[in-house]
Amino acid sequence: MSYVTKSPWIIHYDGSSCNGCDIEVLACLTPMYDVERFGIINTGNPKHADIFLVTGSVNEQSIKVVKQIYDQMPEPKVVVAVGICASSGGIFKECYNVLGGIDMVVPVDVYVPGCAARPEAIIDGVVKGLGVLAEKRAAMDKKPAAAAKAEAKEGA
Amino acid sequence: MGKRTIVPFGPQHPVLPEPVHLDLVIEDEKVVEAIPSIGFIHRGLEKLVEKKEYTELVYVIERICGICSFGHGWGYCHAVEGLMNIEVPERAEYLRTIWHELSRIHSHILWLGLLADGFGFESLFMHCWRLRERVLDLFEKTTGGRVIFSVCKVGGVRKDVDKETLDEMVGVLRKMEIELKELTNTFMDDYSVKSRLVGIGVLSKEDAIELCAVGPMARASGVDLDIRLTGNGIYDKLGFAPCIETAGDCYARCAVRIREIYQSIDMIEEAVKTIPEGDIAVPVKGNAPKGEFITRLEQPRGECFYYAKGADSKFLERMRVRTPTNMNIPAMVKILQGCDLADVPMLFLTIDPCISCAER
Repeated sequence: MSYVTKSPWIIHYDGSSCNGCDIEVLACLTPMYDVERFGIINTGNPKHADIFLVTGSVNEQSIKVVKQIYDQMPEPKVVVAVGICASSGGIFKECYNVLGGIDMVVPVDVYVPGCAARPEAIIDGVVKGLGVLAEKRAAMDKKPAAAAKAEAKEGA
Repeated sequence: MGKRTIVPFGPQHPVLPEPVHLDLVIEDEKVVEAIPSIGFIHRGLEKLVEKKEYTELVYVIERICGICSFGHGWGYCHAVEGLMNIEVPERAEYLRTIWHELSRIHSHILWLGLLADGFGFESLFMHCWRLRERVLDLFEKTTGGRVIFSVCKVGGVRKDVDKETLDEMVGVLRKMEIELKELTNTFMDDYSVKSRLVGIGVLSKEDAIELCAVGPMARASGVDLDIRLTGNGIYDKLGFAPCIETAGDCYARCAVRIREIYQSIDMIEEAVKTIPEGDIAVPVKGNAPKGEFITRLEQPRGECFYYAKGADSKFLERMRVRTPTNMNIPAMVKILQGCDLADVPMLFLTIDPCISCAER
């Protein structure tokens, strides 16, 4: 993992999952998998976070919370949908109170399959998310430069 | 008298892996009243009985909760077997009991870790979760899954476990027990841990009975309530007696769960010694007949009801689960009254809340 150049901080929210994926997310942090050795920290504050891990699908009540957390996170940010429920609704898709996957509310960058998603898969998803984060960062750096150029042109 | 303020707690909160919202009415630093509001993870999965056949529904019911998933699967299967008058082979009942007790060990160790995290003892949290991985490895070896197993089915179990693996399981648990003793010494004897637990959030026996507390919550207040005594599975053959404490505080609730871990290890060893040879499942055919059946099961968090109503078709007419966390919420609201604001996460955690069970 020598190519991990950034230690992302993670915020986790349970949309309406069964706990299976949530405890696997927590298991990633504990000695068996131990992502904290790469500086990856599970934070409770959306403004500290780079990566948003969502488990479970969304319902009428959690939709606002997911949106709120996403909006509070600073750019660039990556959303990882953990587990099949977060990806599409999974086994609960037909339930009356389940609207569907997380991508109905916020744009999802990485989908992690599995019911429950294994810690290895979650870690892989976060590493993939790092790539997306770097791309978004690069795009952000370019944008202001391009905007400045356009302004300069207008001035001339 | 100070000014009253309302402090919102949740739904997204660092100490809770699950979303729940509490409105804490506080006066200075004391909580006067706690008003819980739930519904963030309600899925409405009981309604899926109309869409899934009774043999398939077990996968849905298992996913009520990822921590006690085996127990839910078992309870549902037991309810349907009762409805259909199916006699389950004895070996299957033994295996179910073994897996259920393993779930209890894993659930309680998980909870101990969360509790340690709750009072700010991070290394203890890490050690608990490190030990828990061994139980998950046993699950993976015998069922194929880490948290959701899908190994229980109507009429028996899906996978057999050979003798060497069962013996190995006992060996692993016995080894784990030695390390667990070190951890439990910290929980029970460390003075800083004790200062957070002893005398905090006392629930009297009368209140526990009146508010219908279940499981370790009730047993820590001296209520002799354990559904394993009523003899589903093979508990009557294992010489089982419930662990009871009388103090009713956080320390007692912690002690009950710790004692139950050791008890479960003993029970698994006893079950492995006496497990009979034979089939692991009987074939199940036909419709679920008209009628009703209700059964109870002792989950790691307490008594859980399963109700099944058949309608002479492949689909059940109604399936209902009453989960332990639901029953413990009134008791939690009671112990939150008059506590310090700083103790709220601790008190909330000691009921071992499982919100996805409670809301389904």
